[in-house]
Amino acid sequence: MALIRWTERPDWYSPGTEFQRRQRDMERLFSSFAGRGASPFRSDVFPHVNVSEDADNLHVRTELPGMLPEEIDISVEGDTVTLRGERKLHVVENVNYHRREREAGRFRRIFTLPTRVNADAVTALFKDGVLKITLAKAEEAKPKQIQIKSA
Amino acid sequence: MTDKDLQAREKVEVKTEAESTRNVPVYVPAVDIYESQDALVVVADMPGVGPDSVSIDVHDNTLTLRGTVTLEETKERVHVQEFGVGDYSRQFTLGRTIDQSKIEAAMKNGVLTLTLPKSDISKPRKIAVKAA
Repeated sequence: MALIRWTERPDWYSPGTEFQRRQRDMERLFSSFAGRGASPFRSDVFPHVNVSEDADNLHVRTELPGMLPEEIDISVEGDTVTLRGERKLHVVENVNYHRREREAGRFRRIFTLPTRVNADAVTALFKDGVLKITLAKAEEAKPKQIQIKSA
Repeated sequence: MTDKDLQAREKVEVKTEAESTRNVPVYVPAVDIYESQDALVVVADMPGVGPDSVSIDVHDNTLTLRGTVTLEETKERVHVQEFGVGDYSRQFTLGRTIDQSKIEAAMKNGVLTLTLPKSDISKPRKIAVKAA
C-alpha cells in the first residue's frame, strides 16, 4: 500500500533519475502485456483460462474456437484440473493461402483451483467456441452463515 | 502439422481512431484467408460470438467483419483473468472482383467462415495462342 500519492513526489524525485527510468520501464512492461480485462500475470500455456467463483461454485472459462466437445478432455482430481486436447484445422488443398494466422496443435494445461471441489459435481458446457466448466465447491469450502444468538 | 504443441497467444486489441460505443474491448480475430479458383474464403476465430451476433459488411471494396459477444451479468468473484472478453472486428481491402450478392457466411463453434465468390470476369481464363 502506497502511503504517498504519486502526484506528491518526494524532493529527491527529479527527471531522469534512475528511479524514474525504472518506473517508466515498469509502466511500459505492464501496458504492453496487460490488455484491458486481462491480468498481467498469466501463463504461457495454451489455453488461457479465466477462473471465478460464486457462493457455491467455481467457474472456469476458456476459448477453444472451432473445436468439438468430444475433442476436449477435462479431468478433475482434488483441486487440480487438467485440460487436454488437440486442435485440428481443416486445411484445404489446391488453394492459394493469403494468410494463415490460426494455429493447430496439441495442448495440455494443468492448473490448481483456489478451493477444493466436489469432483462428482462438475459440469461442462461448450458454446460458440467457449468452454465453461462449473465445479461445485466441496462442502468444507462453502461459506457458512453464522447465526448470532441474542443472550 | 498436428505434432505441434499450441502456444497461448495474447488477444490483440484493435487500435482505431474511432472508439467503439460499447465499453468493451475489441479484439483482432485470427484469420485464415485462401483463394480457390471460384472464391475467396475468410475463416475467423471469434470465440463467444453466436451465429446471430456477426455482422458482415462489404462497402465499396472494404470487407468488415464484426462479432459481438453477450456479456453475462454475474456476481462472480474473479480469481484469474488470463484472457479478456470482448467484441471482434477486422477489415480487409478486397480487389473489386467479388460477387457481392453471393457472399455466404457460416458461424460454427465460434468460427466464422465467409465465402466470397469471385465475379465471373476475374476467373482465370485460359487464352489459347494460335499458331500463325
